[in-house]
Amino acid sequence: MDRDLAHLTDEAVLSLVAESDDEALAELYDRFGGVAYGLALRILRDESLAQDAVQEAFLAVWRTADRFLAERARASTWILTLVHRRSVDLVRRQEQRRGEPLESAPEPVASEQVEEQAAIRFQRQVVQEALRQLPPDQREALELGYYAGLTQSELAERLGQPLGTIKSRMFTGLTRLRDLLAQAGLEESLR
Amino acid sequence: MPEDPHSLVASYALDALDEREEKEFEQHLALCERCREELAGLREAAAALAVGAPPAKPTLELRQRILDQARSERQNVVPLRRPRRWTPVLAATTAIAAAAAIVLGIWATSLDNSNDPLESVLSKPGSKLVSMGHYGGVAVGPDGQAVLALAVPPAPASKTYEAWVIRAGKATPAGLFSGRPGTSIVKVSKPVGAGSVVAVTVEPSGGSPQPTSKPFVLSGAVS
Repeated sequence: MDRDLAHLTDEAVLSLVAESDDEALAELYDRFGGVAYGLALRILRDESLAQDAVQEAFLAVWRTADRFLAERARASTWILTLVHRRSVDLVRRQEQRRGEPLESAPEPVASEQVEEQAAIRFQRQVVQEALRQLPPDQREALELGYYAGLTQSELAERLGQPLGTIKSRMFTGLTRLRDLLAQAGLEESLR
Repeated sequence: MPEDPHSLVASYALDALDEREEKEFEQHLALCERCREELAGLREAAAALAVGAPPAKPTLELRQRILDQARSERQNVVPLRRPRRWTPVLAATTAIAAAAAIVLGIWATSLDNSNDPLESVLSKPGSKLVSMGHYGGVAVGPDGQAVLALAVPPAPASKTYEAWVIRAGKATPAGLFSGRPGTSIVKVSKPVGAGSVVAVTVEPSGGSPQPTSKPFVLSGAVS
C-alpha cells in the first residue's frame, strides 16, 4: 500500500495510530524519532538506554493513542513528555551516574549529521535563543532539572540553595520560557 | 510542612518531583482545574526544551524494532475494539482508569507507576495478552511476570480458585484467589515462560499441590 501521510498534521497521524495503523506510527517516528533520541541520549548518555527509552515511549504511544486523542493537546508535546518521562525513570535507576558532576553532560552528534524537518531545526534555534534570554540561575534550574533528570530536592542540595529557591526558579523560568516562545510565534510555526 | 501545591506545577511539568511529591501533586491536580490549565501551557514549554536538546541519529534498527513490536502486539493482543466477551473486563479495569488519568493531566506516570498490576505488565514492551476464552485472559510480560484478568463468580464455600503454570506436562501452583463479582485481577505467583500454559482450577480451601480437577479456564500457549 502506497500512502502519503506527509501532508497530515501530527494529530491526524496520531488518530490513525489510535486505529492501529502501523504506517502512521512509522510516520510519527520519522517526524519525532530524532528529537526523541537526542533528548533521551542527552539525559541518559548511553546509546542502549536511550534506545530503550525511545522504544518504550513510542510503544506507549501505540498502546494509548486512542485514549490520548480526547485530550486535544498537541501530539508532539505528548510524545516528548513520554520520552522525557521514560528517560528520567531510567536515569534515576542508574545510581552511580547520579553522583557524577553536573558539568559532564557531553554534546551528542553534531546536528548537521541528522536529517530532520526544517521546522524542527527552526524550532530548536528559537528555543535555544529563548533560553539565552533567561536569567542564568533560571536557565540553570531548567537545564539541570530537565536534562539531568534531577529532582528539585537533589538540585537544591547540589547547588547549595534552599528548596524554595529552586522551586521558584523552575516556576519562573518555565513560565517565562513559555511566554518567550509564544512571542517568537512558535505556536504557528509548528502547524 | 504544608505548602502551596500550585507552586509545584512547573516542577511537575519538568519531571523534577520525587515519587512522593509527584503522587501528592497528582492528587491535587485531579481536583484543581487551574493547575491543569497551567500545566497544559507549561508542558508545551517543557516539550520545547526537548526540541532544544542536540538532535541525534537513532539507528535504523531501532525504528524496525519499534515497528516490529507494535505489529506483533496488534496481532497477539485481543484488540480492545473488537467486541469480544471480555472487552468490558479490560475496559473496566484499565482503559477507563488510564483514560481518566490522562484527562486529569497525568499523562506518563499512569502507565509505569500504576498500582494496577495488569496495567503495569501491559505497559512493558514485549508484553502480550493471551486469551483464556470468554472468562478473560492473562497478561504476560517479557520477564514472565503475569497477571490474570478473569470474570469468574466468587468461589463456592470451602472452595478456592487455584492458578497453575503448566509447562511440559508439569503443573506448578501459582496462587490462590477467591473470585468476586466483576473482574478478578490476580498476579500469577510463578513466572510464565514461552511455551507455558496458564490454567485455573477449583480446589478445596487452602489449595492443592497438584490440580484435582480439570482446568475450567485455560490459556493458549504463551509464545
